[in-house]
Amino acid sequence: MSNEKKSFNWKAITQHRLFLPIVCLLVVLLVNVIKTPNFFAVSIKNGVLYGYLVDVVNRASELVIVAIGMTLVTAASGGQDISVGAVMAVAAAVCCQILSGGQVSTNELMNSMALAIIAAIIVAAICGAFNGFLVANLGIQPMVATLILFTAGRGIAQLITKGQITYVRVGSFKVMGGYIGKCPVPTPIFFAIAAIIIVNLVLKKTALGLYIESVGINGSASRLVGLNSTMIKFLTYVICGILSGIAGIVASSRIYSADANNIGLNLEMDAILAVALGGNVLSGGKFSIMGSVIGAYTIQALTTTLYAMNVSADQLPVYKAVVVIIIVVIQSPVFRRSVDEWKKKRALKNNKAMEGGH
Amino acid sequence: MAQKTILTMKGITKTFPGVKALSNVDFKLCEGDIHALMGENGAGKSTLIKVLTGIYPFDAGEIIMDGKAMVNKSPQDAQNNGISTVYQEVNLCPNLTVAENLFIGREPKKLGMINWKEMNSRSKVLLESLDIDVAPTTLLDECSIAIQQMIAIARAVDMECKVLILDEPTSSLDEEEVEKLFALMKKLKAKGVGIIFVTHFLEQVYEVCDKITVLRNGELVGEYDVENLPRVQLVAKMMGKDFDDLADIKSERSGEVKEGDPVIEAVGVSHHGSIKPFDITFNKGEVVGLTGLLGSGRSELVRAIYGADKADTGEVKVFGKKVKINAPLDAMKAGMAYLPEDRKKDGILADLSVRENIIIALQAKRGMFKPMKRKEMEDAATNFINLLQIKTASMETPIKSLSGGNQQKVILGRWLLTNPRFLILDEPTRGIDIGTKTEIQKLVLRLADEGKSIAFISSEVEEMLRTCSRMAVLRDGKKVGEIKGDDLTQEKIMETIAGGDKNNE
Repeated sequence: MSNEKKSFNWKAITQHRLFLPIVCLLVVLLVNVIKTPNFFAVSIKNGVLYGYLVDVVNRASELVIVAIGMTLVTAASGGQDISVGAVMAVAAAVCCQILSGGQVSTNELMNSMALAIIAAIIVAAICGAFNGFLVANLGIQPMVATLILFTAGRGIAQLITKGQITYVRVGSFKVMGGYIGKCPVPTPIFFAIAAIIIVNLVLKKTALGLYIESVGINGSASRLVGLNSTMIKFLTYVICGILSGIAGIVASSRIYSADANNIGLNLEMDAILAVALGGNVLSGGKFSIMGSVIGAYTIQALTTTLYAMNVSADQLPVYKAVVVIIIVVIQSPVFRRSVDEWKKKRALKNNKAMEGGH
Repeated sequence: MAQKTILTMKGITKTFPGVKALSNVDFKLCEGDIHALMGENGAGKSTLIKVLTGIYPFDAGEIIMDGKAMVNKSPQDAQNNGISTVYQEVNLCPNLTVAENLFIGREPKKLGMINWKEMNSRSKVLLESLDIDVAPTTLLDECSIAIQQMIAIARAVDMECKVLILDEPTSSLDEEEVEKLFALMKKLKAKGVGIIFVTHFLEQVYEVCDKITVLRNGELVGEYDVENLPRVQLVAKMMGKDFDDLADIKSERSGEVKEGDPVIEAVGVSHHGSIKPFDITFNKGEVVGLTGLLGSGRSELVRAIYGADKADTGEVKVFGKKVKINAPLDAMKAGMAYLPEDRKKDGILADLSVRENIIIALQAKRGMFKPMKRKEMEDAATNFINLLQIKTASMETPIKSLSGGNQQKVILGRWLLTNPRFLILDEPTRGIDIGTKTEIQKLVLRLADEGKSIAFISSEVEEMLRTCSRMAVLRDGKKVGEIKGDDLTQEKIMETIAGGDKNNE
């Protein structure tokens, strides 16, 4: 009796959408328990939280923010925005350039923080709108449309900073990538949590989530039930642009500079991966923000794990690729089906063995 | 003459989460037989076919072909075992030639290169042997649907199939094309090919089939010889109820023709390239039929009114007031609803649940910033699932796992929820079994009685005669006439469609 109840619950859990993404994250963490025993040790050093785990959550912040935008774009348009990393660099360049007043390096703010942040986000939103226009209004494939800013974005950022790395060595700017006052928790974590909460609230308090899924599943049917498919796709690209902009500001605050060549480098691929790891279909339709968020933390946990195991930065991608292959295969429908069949066969065998025993 | 059995399916059982799609079904196909597989939507016809061709794995039972047990893991597998399927939607490559389509994947080769000459000549021989009148070098795109289907069949025949499955092949064909297809089927029958014919058209079954297997609710009702099963009994077996239900419907149409209370008036509306300027009025409580051959513009006419294709000229008045319609949302706000012809392409949101599919139109009408409450959605979904008797495991089941007829009911529920004044139904009963068909027809009449104005499009003239009190006839993208009252007969409609001189304006 109790056994039956237990197995029923188990089934409900394994069938949950977020089951596999969470399992993947747990597996990555489990490896750490064995390999790096102090991985989960969290201590306070110099008044701030310190430890591998804190590092993972902190470093993943930009990826989490960008992955949320990527999820929406993927769901609505069935394609990915590969310009997010470049847009981060553009936003960082705009932000730092305004703060430094056009100088290469500054030790005091030449303009207000609010102005710089708002301007950076507006520019990022314009980048998103540009992508959105190409995809939604002109019907260009997302990968091709966003390739334009992917290539041009870093060049634009260089133009804004006049080819230099703009440094803003001011305490109040460093806060966004560092710590607020005496708070021991790194600020980027708050940015990530705020992004998750705000986007979830928007999806919950409006019908946008349902609209995005409808448009992603069947554009022509959505139009006939009165949805403006073009507008909704466009909107997701703008949101993705804004989120990339925020991530760009956080990233530049970490290194108190706008490094057009390195901010958000290769982040687009990690973001797409986070979406896929989260159990979202890359061809659009139903989506789960939380899945992508878990995916993002998994990727960062993996990176930090490999560093902790003394894998050098050059070799990192190889190990990452191996792990990614394993995770993606585990989630693939074909693999899951064969596991199911294997389970069924085993159950049958067990039954027979039991009958034989009687 | 004892016929040789080529295919036996025994005790086939297939369960989907929450639904038992097939339970213990037997099926037997003999050499040279045309065997009709019949049943209402959700009876399990498609599932049985999919199990046979390896698209779905089955839970229990066995498939025996030529005396050997067989399990197909994929349609390719099935094909290698001599089972070919031709679907309603032809799955060939439209941008290749007829010959290329016939030999794709098994091209005759010479020195590693495709031997085009041989391919074309072999295609010619094959096409001639089956009396298919098309040149091997024609692009498939340029062939009619009927020819495309015959090419798909020819391909199957050339691959030496022993069992040919035709899944609703006649749905999009006109009568002449159906005749040609039947001639081809009879030819194959003579060659000893066993044909499984899935269709909804009773007449066609009696025209070509030898045996009938009837399924209902995933269970086998029985196998019958065509001669021994009168139509009425077949229908009764499929529906599991009396035939009276079907006979009822004609008497329900009230004789009076409602006039002079216009809901929608279209004046000079047109859409470039699809429908020439037309005037039409839809009155309160009236079912107006739109008829004409495929491609005559009957769907295009309503699409122009609804704003699915934005009208280039003319104006639409709702209750006498001019309304500007740029997009479907404008039409919805004016009280219109549109059930599209192509359910798969334009109707369902496949991955979304039944509940979401039902509320989506009302939600879109209200706007993004006024999301419906969970409770409101669930009430609406429950209401329509009960009202329209939608068969679904739960309201959270994805609509794609419902049968065609039930999907159509969900779409219908979606529009009724918006409480429209003017309801456009484009082929609401296509590909749907008789039971559901009758239900939908009755519903249409009831909605009209409640004061709604309805535009009804159907390829079946009989169905239109039963439900409509007035009919507009279209030909070549132009509205050519209206018929009402005593003139509303099959003959008169055919005459107008065909366009004898006296009917031309």
